[in-house]
Amino acid sequence: MRRRRLIQTSMGFAAGLTLAGGLKACSSDDSASTSSSAPAETAEGGAESSDATLTVVQGGGFPNSLDLHRVGTNRPAYGVSWVMYDRLMTFGKKTLDDGSISYDYTVLEPELAESWEMAEDGMSVTFALRPDATFHDGTPVTASDVKWSFDRAVSIGGFPSFQMKAGALENPDQFEVVDDQTFKVNFLRPDKLTMMDMAVPIPVIINAKLVEPHLTEEDPWGAEWLNSNDAGSGAYTIKEYQPNERIVLERFEDWKSGPLPQIKEVILLNVPEPGNRRALLERGDIDVNFTVSEKDQTELDATGNFTVISTPIENCLYSVDMHANPQLGGEDNPFGDVKVRQAVSYAIPYDAIMDTALYGQAVPMYGGKAQPDTVAWPQPSPYTTDMEQAKALLAESGYPDGFETTLAFDTGTQEWAEPTVILIQEALAELGITVNIEKVPSANFRSVLVEKSRPMIINNFGGWLNYPDYFFFYAYHGQDATFNGSSYKNPEMDTKIEAALASEPGNPEYEENVKGFIEMAWQEVPRAPLVQPQLGVAMQPNVSGYQYWFHRQLDFRQLAKA
Amino acid sequence: MAHSTGKIIGQRILGAIPSVIGVIIVTFLLTRALPGDPAAFFAGPAATAEAIAEVRATLGLDKTLPEQFFLYLGDLVRGDLGTSLTTGQTVVYDLATRLPASLELTLAGLVFAIALALPLGILAATKPNSWVDHGVRLLATAGVSLPTFFTGLFLIYLLYYRMGIVPAPLGRLDILYSAPPPVTGLYVIDSLLAGDLALFWAAASQLFLPAVTLGLFALAPLARVTRASMLGMLSSDFIRTARASGLPPRQVLFGYAFRNAMLPVITTLGVVFSFLLGANILVEKVFAWPGIGSYAVEALVASDYAPIQGFILTMALLYVVLNLLIDLLYVVIDPRAGVEA
Repeated sequence: MRRRRLIQTSMGFAAGLTLAGGLKACSSDDSASTSSSAPAETAEGGAESSDATLTVVQGGGFPNSLDLHRVGTNRPAYGVSWVMYDRLMTFGKKTLDDGSISYDYTVLEPELAESWEMAEDGMSVTFALRPDATFHDGTPVTASDVKWSFDRAVSIGGFPSFQMKAGALENPDQFEVVDDQTFKVNFLRPDKLTMMDMAVPIPVIINAKLVEPHLTEEDPWGAEWLNSNDAGSGAYTIKEYQPNERIVLERFEDWKSGPLPQIKEVILLNVPEPGNRRALLERGDIDVNFTVSEKDQTELDATGNFTVISTPIENCLYSVDMHANPQLGGEDNPFGDVKVRQAVSYAIPYDAIMDTALYGQAVPMYGGKAQPDTVAWPQPSPYTTDMEQAKALLAESGYPDGFETTLAFDTGTQEWAEPTVILIQEALAELGITVNIEKVPSANFRSVLVEKSRPMIINNFGGWLNYPDYFFFYAYHGQDATFNGSSYKNPEMDTKIEAALASEPGNPEYEENVKGFIEMAWQEVPRAPLVQPQLGVAMQPNVSGYQYWFHRQLDFRQLAKA
Repeated sequence: MAHSTGKIIGQRILGAIPSVIGVIIVTFLLTRALPGDPAAFFAGPAATAEAIAEVRATLGLDKTLPEQFFLYLGDLVRGDLGTSLTTGQTVVYDLATRLPASLELTLAGLVFAIALALPLGILAATKPNSWVDHGVRLLATAGVSLPTFFTGLFLIYLLYYRMGIVPAPLGRLDILYSAPPPVTGLYVIDSLLAGDLALFWAAASQLFLPAVTLGLFALAPLARVTRASMLGMLSSDFIRTARASGLPPRQVLFGYAFRNAMLPVITTLGVVFSFLLGANILVEKVFAWPGIGSYAVEALVASDYAPIQGFILTMALLYVVLNLLIDLLYVVIDPRAGVEA
């Protein structure tokens, strides 16, 4: 087994870093799951490369492009891009308390770059590329390929440019070819996110010479060609690409940017029906079933025939957001009254939701302390189901006799959201609040979030990396970002969030601000947290090496099959 | 006869032009009237207002409706149906790969339904109100009243999961095989043309279960219409005369009654076929069948305009062709029909 050479310069990222652009709803379709059983040993526990073929199905869609810079590329496509392309750097790994393996955002490890060095003034970084690294067509990877790829990411617009900007990577002038093996990034300003941002899925290194003949005036970045062609240097090449049916990946034997994967061939199949995905696993026709529903995970785990691993999704919450402005759509909004929001938070049947809607396969986010004593996020809110308290609070509010309202949810999450809203509807009826349920198709739910036009919604917001200040910046800050589902605006809250963003974890001021805004979130309760969801995978017992990644896709390079 | 056939085809095609134009306008307007903002959807969850505006411009949705419409017409004339954002492919590619899959499934389902419905319908008609008749009625009612996704999942559970006698519901081919060289786009036929019997068997066994599921659903109207039409014929004067003349029962039944009873059955067949093309969405989902029904639904969920427009247009053209074929079939079965058309 070869180990990646650890580089001295692997910066200590103690900073409060998260990628502004990497904010995602933490569950689409049947993603987000469950249960924990003993995780298998890691692939690095001595896996030699073999001729094994791994057959994989997954929920939440099928990769819809080979180019993750395209408008509309879905999240499953990140998984393919992740192994087909290399980035300059990647993250280390760590073992979580429950024994499962996760990436480690505090450690940057070399991938296509062999080493890197920070300038003394901290205003640039110079990467030394691996001299022996080649693209899949055999041509060497040069610094001009890297520059073209970085230029593309910052110039193509949409999500990739937005993500790069989150790390203060905005302008092609920042990227400099020193010589064939040396690539330099000049910083616009010191930003704790810059280095990390070069290890997320977006800045892939593309074979510029291969794409060049396909560039046109309307398509200066070769988006059309890269959409269905492989121009990578990653551990796997595309052997077969049948859009929406199957993707076959084959190991790139000359891969130099890490230990050669154990699996020779990965077959990704599109099976839209969750029941069939499960049946295929149980019949032994597939090796891995990824993003399994809560129900299936509980039941698959109970059979004892499969390796079922689940990891709480970092920085992610399922919550009930209540529109906090006094007016909504020109009418008085009951949820503008904090007593009403508190009453609702005491009326939600948390345990029933946990048991019936999520099959117990999530981390409860209720029944915690009123005074936060940790900066961990997410952490349980102090609310529990207490009807007497709820009735008392509603009686004190401006709406003692209740009112009629609407609770909207995304049908893409209906597996858990539908039973959840029905339970909430029943419970609020006891308070005299009549709840009409509105099912919103996934395509329209984004508009609902942007418009902030509903009094109550079920939200499933999560950020890529793990810091409370960034979660709050998108979910509670007065900038009113998409995921501030309650449109909550409070200058005092904003001050605390901004102060935390500007300071670093470990710093007393940071801790004080974080605890401060969490406490305020509990008092004001514009969103009532329900649970932290879990991402689950069910595998045949001979498959090992699964690791949780913040992008929530499988890393085929790490998996092994006996 | 040749003259009148040519005339019918010409008339039909001319008559279809206004409907096709209407379909183009209506689908364009309907897709724009859909709730939901594709720009907001495809800009990604963390998008700012500027990012959404940028995506809107990229998609050409910042132009006025008439402008968008004329651009769309221009593309149509050039045979460009646009690009699907959900699949990442051109709509022409998607439809060209998916339509044969849907047609193969629908045709197979229909063949299965006809093979079962005609004999059962005739049997029921010859012995009305007997146990056979009731049995057929029960089967037909069950077939049509059970939702196809239920029948599909049930059959998968029984025949794949429990008994393991059919292959995994993984679309058109098992993962070990790759598609035959495309001629008709129907794997079952293409594999035979390529002379690859193993591939034929693989394709046919994948097709079996979804086709049965769909066929069971189509069984009811066909069996009922066959029965009713046969009953009407069998009690008519010319059959009585034929029987009285001592013609053998087989010849009376098939030579006279059945041929004349076919017209309403053919009409129903046309309706059922076009209906099935749209209705097999659920079957396609359950069996991971890469057809156009599931394609259109996925596009609809994402407010992805180009594939929806392409799908509706294709279906409209298909209906036109189908109706034409049925009219021509009438002429073959009943020469009188041609004169009137």
